[in-house]
Amino acid sequence: MDTTVETAAQLGLTAGEFEKIKEILNRTPNFAELAAYSVMWSEHCSYKNSIKWLKTLPREGGKLLVKAGEENAGLADIGDGLGVVFKIESHNHPSAIEPFQGAATGVGGIHRDIFTMGARPIAALNSLRFGNLKDQKTQHLLSGVVHGIGHYGNCFGVPTVGGEVYFEDCYHTNPLVNAMSVGVVEAGKTVSATAWGEGNPVFIVGSATGKDGIGGASFASADITEESAQDLPSVQVGDPFQEKKLLEACLEVIPTGALVGMQDMGAAGIICSTAETSAKGGVGMVINLDKVPKRQQNMKAWELLLSESQERMLLIVQKGREKEVIGVFEKWDLPCSEIGEVTNDGLLKFYMNGELEAELPAESMVLGGGAPVYDREYHEPKYFEKISSFDPAAVPVPTDLKNVAEQVVSIPNIANKRWIYRQYDSMVGTVNASTNEPSDAAVVLVKGTTKGLAVTTDCNSRYVYADPQVGCMIAVSEAARNIVCSGGTPLGVTNCLNFGNPYDPEVYYQFVHAIKGMGEACRKFDTPVTGGNVSFYNQNPDGAVYPTPTIGMVGLLEDVQNKMTLDFKKPGDFIYLVGEVTDDLGSSEYLNKICNVKFSPAPLFNLEDEFRLQSSVKHLIQEGLIESAHDISEGGLFITLFESAAWNNLGFEIDVDIPVRKDAFWFGESQSRVVVSATYQQSAQLEAVLNSSGLPWVRIGKVTDGEIFIDNDSWGNIESWKHRYDTAIEKHLNHYLPE
Amino acid sequence: MKFGVVVFPGSNCDRDMIETLKNDLNQEVITLWHKDDDLSMFTTDDCIVLPGGFSYGDYLRCGAIARFSPMMQSVIEFANKGGKVFGVCNGFQILCEAGLLPGALLRNAHMQFACKNVFLKTEDGEQVYKIPIAHGEGRYYADQQTLDELEKNKQVLYYYTNEKGEVTTEANPNGSLRNIAGICNANRNVFGMMPHPERACSDLLGNNDGREIFNALFFSKVPELV
Repeated sequence: MDTTVETAAQLGLTAGEFEKIKEILNRTPNFAELAAYSVMWSEHCSYKNSIKWLKTLPREGGKLLVKAGEENAGLADIGDGLGVVFKIESHNHPSAIEPFQGAATGVGGIHRDIFTMGARPIAALNSLRFGNLKDQKTQHLLSGVVHGIGHYGNCFGVPTVGGEVYFEDCYHTNPLVNAMSVGVVEAGKTVSATAWGEGNPVFIVGSATGKDGIGGASFASADITEESAQDLPSVQVGDPFQEKKLLEACLEVIPTGALVGMQDMGAAGIICSTAETSAKGGVGMVINLDKVPKRQQNMKAWELLLSESQERMLLIVQKGREKEVIGVFEKWDLPCSEIGEVTNDGLLKFYMNGELEAELPAESMVLGGGAPVYDREYHEPKYFEKISSFDPAAVPVPTDLKNVAEQVVSIPNIANKRWIYRQYDSMVGTVNASTNEPSDAAVVLVKGTTKGLAVTTDCNSRYVYADPQVGCMIAVSEAARNIVCSGGTPLGVTNCLNFGNPYDPEVYYQFVHAIKGMGEACRKFDTPVTGGNVSFYNQNPDGAVYPTPTIGMVGLLEDVQNKMTLDFKKPGDFIYLVGEVTDDLGSSEYLNKICNVKFSPAPLFNLEDEFRLQSSVKHLIQEGLIESAHDISEGGLFITLFESAAWNNLGFEIDVDIPVRKDAFWFGESQSRVVVSATYQQSAQLEAVLNSSGLPWVRIGKVTDGEIFIDNDSWGNIESWKHRYDTAIEKHLNHYLPE
Repeated sequence: MKFGVVVFPGSNCDRDMIETLKNDLNQEVITLWHKDDDLSMFTTDDCIVLPGGFSYGDYLRCGAIARFSPMMQSVIEFANKGGKVFGVCNGFQILCEAGLLPGALLRNAHMQFACKNVFLKTEDGEQVYKIPIAHGEGRYYADQQTLDELEKNKQVLYYYTNEKGEVTTEANPNGSLRNIAGICNANRNVFGMMPHPERACSDLLGNNDGREIFNALFFSKVPELV
């Protein structure tokens, strides 16, 4: 079948791209070939609208063992001959249409990226964004997404140890579902996503191929409209049991040494995995599609190439060692079929029923090869005027602060997320050291060593909306701060860049400036960006989501016994606020949700101050001068104190007179601040160290046995505050049972 | 004594169980594969453990397929000879499906997977144990007569309680009848429980209460911290 520029347009390719394809092939592509380009050159696979800016990020150095983009996920050295492999990825578009399967397969996909490198996943995190929780659609999406993440992760058997959930109106139609996986591998025992050696056989292992998820990568590269529900076949269906067997089999086959390379099949299935491994090794492949195990009759060649059926891997095996590989997959009762072999002409040739169905130069399809690279226009968004015209004087300081505090603990962005995280197995694997002793980042054990990993995901997208560059610097800083407050040293970053339509110059402005901010902060903290994922088109006819560059960060604790926790330990301990107290209300939950001010600047932030703060906190932990550390983030100082007190049913007594607005003092979210507690014995030395650090600090009060006293007024017992905090989210959801 | 831990396809607490028994409790452990059926290296003083997870993907019904595996035929024979068998979570479900323990584990009353620390107590004991659960189908069910017999014969190993050790409705995390968290057979050689004691045997995890559970079931005294 001959194709035209109209066919190309239907597949999401531009006229220019169609011309380029004809040039590459020196002929008009047939439908299968054009469909293959359409997915390979979609934003999801090619990064065509983002790569120019992604390349400005620090992508090597630190403890990285591979450069960004070289493999399926980042790899950093943690000593003892081990490496940590980590990556975050979005599954936003599928989750908007079918929240359960969309989220489930997002979890499955990110774990495959980790074990395709030979690492065993040991921890999962997720970063979720939904619309207003009072809205029924949001409740449906949240319930489905949480159920999907739990369904897949719990069965697969990797603990979900951390994450974040935000509710903002801009995510009503476009929820964000970002999943992160962290694995551990023996250095030097990783597997590469490559192919080489003419005549080496190519295998497909795992599930059979069906029509699910065809064009998923292209689907993820378009705006969501009312009609998107008709794209349901673009959503994949997951089977975590199959993936669990695939994990064990893959980790068992690697030590045989019979593999040349391995690549998981995620977006764009067979075409993407054959193209990427071939391009990386500078080879080609001949593939016989008749030999691909199918779960449906009469599948066409293009459907087989594009199918995103889950739980599949492409293996390139050394000729003569096929039996060793087949034996392992037989043991795990997994289909394992030889479908072709490596060639040396750089061409991918796909045959079916003896006919050549597609012939494509591998290099021409991939990022860094022939895939297009665009330089998009951008200009400053109009709404910036509204942000800069914010006048704090127009916001009266409330007289009843206790009443405001009660409202703030009940804001869904702040309240207890237990309705969500209790549906995730957070303890399987016996590595979660935070279950019984929480820290700002989740701390997981590295079995067989004394080490631990501190892992976190962070992004306050309202800050990024207010100021993309500063907001993204804050996201990186908060992630690093959470790791430092847990006793870890940040190692590296994986990012999930969720934005609107890149052809919108205002959206692209947000993207460009967020990347600039990310680069600056990552260089400061020596945390290279190891890779991640770009998700554009989180947009609907009403507009784009807040720019949401989610930061996944991994840090190292040399001795996990030295971890720091966030909870106050006993009544009488002193409470200190380290960092500057200001009048800042910018973009706080208080201002946005209680005062209903939707446009205000990002919180005050200075990267040098942040760096000094983190260095000092690290020093305090190393010297054993503090009992707890908890950073000030959403909800401000009051929420930080409440969270530190609540874990052990303690309270706090704060009496301090600082000449700033009371609402800013309690609920402002200006950055680079940490609350620490210390015993009387520690206090003298602690204060001496703080003095020499040059950081502003103040002793603001004491831990009590449960009562909260503010400026000598009793605000009641911690129990009643906890009740409010614990039940604020679930009261909207308790009627919601999984389907 | 030594332990044998059976690995089914979909088991995902097998490694946790093996590591806890070996590293935290200093026990000899042999890993067993579901397709094998040889238990000749074990005597009736030893214990075969069926770990948690989603054997066979929980397809059909939790534990319903695992009970037909070759290894389970040997485990049933081993139990009938008086050998010790211990099932945790999915392992408990398999033991019920295999008929080695009475009753069944149904979907949680609130219809959701639940992962959290719960509190457990024996009928007569004073001590309250904090042990994690992680299951979607943990609601213990049996007919009234069976429940009466279980309680009369002291076959209920643990009840779900609150922190103070009181058996209350609020403390029941899944709607189990009579707050039953774990039981044994009449011969007291087959044990099953939904909570995961292997997740609570380490200082680094901040919980050592699981050691006392293993002790009560298998050892004469709480194993030393290693």
